[in-house]
Amino acid sequence: MAQDENGGHELTPASSSDVDVHRAGDAGTAIVVRDAPENPGFPPHRPRVTDLDPKKERRAERTVYTLFYLSIAGSIWAVAAYMAFPIHDSDPSSVRLNNLFIGVGITLALLAIGIGAVHWGKALMHEKEGVDLRHPVHGSEATTERAVEIFRQADEESGFNRRTLVRNSLIGALIAFPLPAVVLFRGLAPQDLDPVEELSQTMWAKGVRLTRDPSGTPIKAADVTLGSAFHVIPEGLNEAEDMLEQKAKAAVLLMRLKPEDLHVSKGRETWNYDGIVAYSKICTHVGCPVALYEQQTHHLLCPCHQSQFDITHEAEVIFGPAKRPLPQLPITVDADGYLVARSDFHEPVGPSFWERH
Amino acid sequence: MSTTTAAPAAPAPVKKGGFTAAAANYIEDRTSISGAVKEFGRKIFPDHWSFLLGEVALYSFVVILLSGTFLTFFFQASMAEVVYHGSYVPLKGIHMSAAMESTLNISFEVRGGLLVRQIHHWAALLFVAAIGLHMLRIFFTGAFRKPRELNWVIGFVLFILAMAEGFTGYSLPDDLLSGNGLRIIDGLIKGLPVVGTWISFLLFGGEFPGTAIVGRLYTLHILLLPAMVLAFIALHLMFVVIHKHTQYAAPGRTQGNVVGYPVLPVYAAKAGGFFFIVFGVIAAMASFFTINPIWNYGPYDPSPVSAGTQPDWYIGFADGALRLVPPGWEFVWLDRTWSFNIIVLIEAWVTGDKREHHILDRPRNAATRTAIGAAGVTFYAVFWAAASSDLIATHFKLTMEGVIHTLQALLFLGPLIAYVLTKRVCIALQKKDRSIALHGYETGRIVKLPGGEFIEVHEQLSDYERWRLVSFEAYEPLMIRPNKQGKITMGNRMRASLSRWFFEDRIVPPTKGELESGHDHH
Repeated sequence: MAQDENGGHELTPASSSDVDVHRAGDAGTAIVVRDAPENPGFPPHRPRVTDLDPKKERRAERTVYTLFYLSIAGSIWAVAAYMAFPIHDSDPSSVRLNNLFIGVGITLALLAIGIGAVHWGKALMHEKEGVDLRHPVHGSEATTERAVEIFRQADEESGFNRRTLVRNSLIGALIAFPLPAVVLFRGLAPQDLDPVEELSQTMWAKGVRLTRDPSGTPIKAADVTLGSAFHVIPEGLNEAEDMLEQKAKAAVLLMRLKPEDLHVSKGRETWNYDGIVAYSKICTHVGCPVALYEQQTHHLLCPCHQSQFDITHEAEVIFGPAKRPLPQLPITVDADGYLVARSDFHEPVGPSFWERH
Repeated sequence: MSTTTAAPAAPAPVKKGGFTAAAANYIEDRTSISGAVKEFGRKIFPDHWSFLLGEVALYSFVVILLSGTFLTFFFQASMAEVVYHGSYVPLKGIHMSAAMESTLNISFEVRGGLLVRQIHHWAALLFVAAIGLHMLRIFFTGAFRKPRELNWVIGFVLFILAMAEGFTGYSLPDDLLSGNGLRIIDGLIKGLPVVGTWISFLLFGGEFPGTAIVGRLYTLHILLLPAMVLAFIALHLMFVVIHKHTQYAAPGRTQGNVVGYPVLPVYAAKAGGFFFIVFGVIAAMASFFTINPIWNYGPYDPSPVSAGTQPDWYIGFADGALRLVPPGWEFVWLDRTWSFNIIVLIEAWVTGDKREHHILDRPRNAATRTAIGAAGVTFYAVFWAAASSDLIATHFKLTMEGVIHTLQALLFLGPLIAYVLTKRVCIALQKKDRSIALHGYETGRIVKLPGGEFIEVHEQLSDYERWRLVSFEAYEPLMIRPNKQGKITMGNRMRASLSRWFFEDRIVPPTKGELESGHDHH
């Protein structure tokens, strides 16, 4: 490999005749011009000011070592700042000062080394360009032939292609052996749970009170004035073992509209209570919380990808990437006047999934 | 000063140098390292600012490894619920995961901890940005051509890995913002046909968010993905050594040589110094600019979300795609990556050019390729802008719907406009080059000839200057010819039409004869 390297020797006046000796292969539709302009060869070397003027050379040298000393100063600065700017529990601005002064020291230490080294390389180091010769990536004829020969020999000595039963059974075994590992990964999630079942049910059930998010205090129907909206969680959620998982499915938005503004479809007549409606807060697009309620237009807006849902039309999609309306939670009031769920949602909440009907 | 025997010893070894020589000998005796020094010590690398982009990517990865290792000593990858009692007052008494608590502690208790966290995050942003720009450089200069096609693919894998690293890291603190990001990913995964529900179920160890995901992402983030990135970087650089670096056309440079500076000492100084500059710039950003202030967001809760949230920039295109496209199209961006990728192989098939290419194209001299690249960049940019659609709407007082519909239209029109414009500009620039090569520069000096005629004096270029303008390769459209069986195959037709698309409009470099006579022969 080494004989075609030039070892970075300095430029020799190039002849342009060697241009294509390394370019074997079909040129395809490239236009090969017979009287193409000739490569004029390397231009004459132009010395730098530091090569010509010893004063400038000395100045560059001074600049470089000054920068390196500056870097040492920066490192010392950073260490000193670590001690001089401690973080006090009571004082949040101490974090800022600690960050700033340690950082400035480190920055100085790093930049000064970098700029110094580059300046050394550019202004002072011997700067004549060198040339390496390329050789085709494809190995030499002898090498490739020998490689083919080795494979042929190995095949002959092992009988890899002759003993087909041995070969094929080995291939089969190699395909089969990773299978147990794949199966082991089933253990990533609990064995006795079925995801489809989990996704299809939430904490809501008949009689579960609607409570405020996050305090968990129940809501009286009378508290929900016209035009207001509540972020709602089921009662008992805050005490649940799997609080976040349940909340990720059960979060609900509660709004009160004029009953005549609601367009209620058949079968849902009993799902609202005097114009109070509850819809899943989990976007049917990819599951962000649909947290923004526009009181005037009765639109819900998802802040992640700007899907918009029209509450007067049972949360149907009026804009954006979501496809399905937000599921509605059937509600009523209990004997004490608190809002309660009539049942769970009638469909899975949140983003679409394959097994969803 | 001790007494020494005068016994005739073996001839004393010739003393070569002092400690350095002895140390070098010690190592050489055990490693045979001189071979590597001989091979690589004076290896030549060409110089150009655009070659630094890949270096920036490499160095920011080193910074990421260094700062990330420090962070692992403090970070708790656990979703166990704790009550925060640290020094950040607004969050005192709030329930959160141990991951969030330890991230807060890194920021508010450990001296310099916030600095390292910010170095890590800024370096990660720079890493992905540098890879992206590096890929654009490779694409627009044709550096992906034979023999470097595989290295382009390896680089592309690195780009994907870098984004995966970014996303897994972003999700670790378990704050409100990253939790919502994970929620979106969960929604996307569930949307996958057939396997989606189960992949999500297994990934999260049950239902979203579960208590496993941070620990699992941590393993990916600090073990599996970095190991893969390292392996692919090693492969990537190995190929750079095998192929030797490309260079731009210049006097004396040919397809058969590499002109530049040797590794020792010039490149060691410049590239080594450049590492410190990159590190220094990242450190400066971390000192002066806050990034990802998780204490403002609070711990993850599936219910609240803040409007105007933005993903890290490199995830922007995917988030934008989510905003622009109807459901079921969510992975349309894979199409983009696919088409971006495949162009490499298509171009070689169209031209039928099987030679090695070591001299880079100037983008203008490959007009169609450059135009395709510009169209791709525009397509990406529209997605990217869409990730900020809500901010665009609120900032410029536009309607949300208007912004989205405009962006949807731009998604298709933008690339077309960019394509046509870029191609025309490239060809115009080629014409300018050609005219300068043939006639020289206009000097603005008007001379009256004895016969009364006025002419403007043109100043001819030097041979060296002219070479940069005329040394490129042009291709002509493929002529359809019947094959040996006398048939014109479908493949051949397609190749010919693609070839027309690529090369119908072209400017060929001037010939020697034309240069000598100093004017065009159309």
